[in-house]
Amino acid sequence: MSLVLIVLVLAGIAYYLGHRRSLRIAGGRIADLHSLPGHYAWYAALLAAGPALALIVLWSIVSPLVLRWATIGRLPADAQALSGPRLDFLMQDVARIAQGLPARGDVTPGLAQAGAFYGSLGTASTLLLWLLVLVLAVGGIYLALRWIAPDLRARNHVERVVRYLLLAAAVISILTTAGIVFSVLFESLRFFNRVPVTDFLFGLHWSPQTALRADQVGSSGSFGAIPLFVGTLLISTIAMLVAGPIGLLSAMYLAEYASPGFRNVAKPLMEILAGIPTVVYGFFAALTVAPFLRDAGQAIGLDVASESALAAGGVMGIMIIPFVSSLSDDALTAVPAAMRDASLGLGATRAETIRQVIVPAALPGIIAGFLLAVSRAIGETMIVVMAAGLTANLTVNPLAAVTTVTVQIVTLLVGDQEFDSAKTLAAFALGLMLFVTTLILNVVALYVMRKYREKYD
Amino acid sequence: MTDAAPAPDRFSRLRARPEGFEERSKALTARRYARERRFKALGLGAILVAMALLLILLSSVVRQGYGAFWQTYVRVPVTLDAAVLDPKGTGDPEVIGKGNFQKLIYEGLFGLFPEAKARPERRQLTRLVSSGANLILRQKVLDDPSLVGTTRDVWIVASDEVDQFMKGAIARDAPPAARPLKDGAIAAIDRLEADGRIEQRFNTLLFTQGDSREPELAGIWGAVVGSFYLMLVTALLSTPLGVGAALYLEEFAPKSRATDFIEVNINNLAAVPSIVFGLLGLAVFLGLFNMPRSAPIVGGLTLTLMTLPTIVVATRAALRAVPPSIHQAALGIGASKVQTIWHHVLPLALPGILTGVIIGLAQALGETAPLLMIGMVAFVVDAPSTPFDPSTALPVQIYLWADSPERAFTERTSAAIMILLAFLILMNLIAVLLRRRFERRW
Repeated sequence: MSLVLIVLVLAGIAYYLGHRRSLRIAGGRIADLHSLPGHYAWYAALLAAGPALALIVLWSIVSPLVLRWATIGRLPADAQALSGPRLDFLMQDVARIAQGLPARGDVTPGLAQAGAFYGSLGTASTLLLWLLVLVLAVGGIYLALRWIAPDLRARNHVERVVRYLLLAAAVISILTTAGIVFSVLFESLRFFNRVPVTDFLFGLHWSPQTALRADQVGSSGSFGAIPLFVGTLLISTIAMLVAGPIGLLSAMYLAEYASPGFRNVAKPLMEILAGIPTVVYGFFAALTVAPFLRDAGQAIGLDVASESALAAGGVMGIMIIPFVSSLSDDALTAVPAAMRDASLGLGATRAETIRQVIVPAALPGIIAGFLLAVSRAIGETMIVVMAAGLTANLTVNPLAAVTTVTVQIVTLLVGDQEFDSAKTLAAFALGLMLFVTTLILNVVALYVMRKYREKYD
Repeated sequence: MTDAAPAPDRFSRLRARPEGFEERSKALTARRYARERRFKALGLGAILVAMALLLILLSSVVRQGYGAFWQTYVRVPVTLDAAVLDPKGTGDPEVIGKGNFQKLIYEGLFGLFPEAKARPERRQLTRLVSSGANLILRQKVLDDPSLVGTTRDVWIVASDEVDQFMKGAIARDAPPAARPLKDGAIAAIDRLEADGRIEQRFNTLLFTQGDSREPELAGIWGAVVGSFYLMLVTALLSTPLGVGAALYLEEFAPKSRATDFIEVNINNLAAVPSIVFGLLGLAVFLGLFNMPRSAPIVGGLTLTLMTLPTIVVATRAALRAVPPSIHQAALGIGASKVQTIWHHVLPLALPGILTGVIIGLAQALGETAPLLMIGMVAFVVDAPSTPFDPSTALPVQIYLWADSPERAFTERTSAAIMILLAFLILMNLIAVLLRRRFERRW
């Protein structure tokens, strides 16, 4: 960390020196220079800091791997034969010994030796890095000052670097997607090595509890995800039944009837619903709506579970209202005024115009909005974690407790867990399903919007 | 035309109306208008329902939570006995810190009720004050060691049961088995109240303490600091990355398949559920890079990836709103592309960009699910001092407290929600003001 600061300070010095140097060369006639003095200054600073910072990043990625590999070679033979998490644990102890911290496991003489080796190698590596970085930074300054000349195209060089930096920022989004796909896919494949894909996709029984010892009852656990899919669909359906009509009707009113003044007040108020954190909705569903529904059910003789799908789905619906409403509103207002005027001019009432002219014209946009809202509902986590059930229950009764894909991901991964068990990996398989589903919904929504949108202008 | 004979009325047959036409058409029109009114009322009703739901949601939070801003205290005469705290008279904070402050508080309490001699009665009395009150008293004495050896009235934090009783959440006439306070305790509270020794005061502990197993001592300070570090990391990373990506796509990118791919990709990322970003953080930052579990730095990285699409989209809109004439004028007098953007386009687009960044950060501030994935749900008492220490965040604290069965925790959950919403409203207000103040019409 301090090394990065030193490099930045050196870059600042380079900036100053580059600026002075360019002025000296110009001898007062700046017009003789190819670029502005500021460009020469940036040129020097980039030459000083760029290679040095790149080396620091590279080193911090590569050197731990090299260190580990070299230290494993020094471990006693029996320790070298270990694999996976147990070797990781051992290596953590080696690192603790090197730092002078008490080890968590037994310290054998071989281990202590490896710790000492690890420590000295680490110190050597750090020293080497400092040396190389300082040489690179100072060398960069030296070269920059030598190269600065009236005909050096400093502006072009600096702007090319800026361009590449911006490109790198744009590529991060691709890396994120790739990171999601690979991390989720990789762990899912490991899961499917242990549990067949067909069992996962079509199994009717979900109980991921794997026993600690092989001889315990129910040691294998079963990973049939159908109950989760059904539960997710049930809750999303309830949510859409709430959000769909309310959202669409309010969008129609806002787009066609409301005065500008009313619209300016009502629209931001609706947006507040979208800005409330989901954990707040979860709290509302679990502590206000669910007990209310249970008591109301009791009053009319219905048996409502205290974690009923109705409570979670209903509250999720409230959350999605502004989503449906603003997407539908966009679609409705995009319909050209000429169509509206023509219909009204023929004597149709506003309601008839909306139902028979505007909604059909805006249908692709409305459908796309609904699809996006469904994808929101499927991926929503906190409301269901707090208000829906934990045990898988294959039912479509909205008064019963069901569980969802996201709830299971959270319960499988929260708390202490080993990184390798089928239980943990199952969460990634569920995550893969979730990612693929929402991606498909999103792509279909965009496709519908593009393909079926009529061109009126 | 005037002298011509009147033309035969060619439309007379069309104009001839069947019997009762007028009535029927009037009835039809009335029906259509009625339908029109119904439809309009339906639309207005939908909006009103949405507003009512918002109102119910907010009012239920406020109703359950405003009580948490007050906390019951009991005034107990505590003898800070030097023989117990500092027998050798060293004045050394380490010695004093080890003293049995709990015992001192209990003895002061027993002194108020001299008739309570038997163990069960005394146990009822000890349940009146918080079992963590000794820590606060200890801190007070450590801050001012000259208190040792004196006797003074100290306001001691009451236990959560007493607090809830004073607020009326525990009914006095409930059957004894259904309430956590026994008759003896209630009698003691009544006597303290008559003596003016019990009082509700503004709950500063809520703002200064970290998490605790005792609801009366649990505060949001640790979570607020954790959220602050999260926002710091997210803002520092996502702003340059998001603005950079948007600048590239809007100003530099050649129209090519690769650029299209990046665009589609960013749009899709915006629709990925937040929990999937949590899985990414778990597998990559924790699994691959071995970064510290539960630390705000990892949470910040995860949230950065999540807010990136929001910032990119907002920045692109802001850049597009700058009129091309500005570009052309700058380019025309010989500025390079980078100079044009840096000197002219970016400053003009800045208010829009800032608005987008603030809205993105507000989303990140309320996000919970990805933080659960990377282990920020641990029970952490102390506020983190760097972004690398284990910590919680405000929404996660809400989730954790909502799970606790005590009535007092429900109250605190609602209070924490109010504080979180206050932060969000503040951020959005800043965004709106920025937009109003600097919005330009070209």
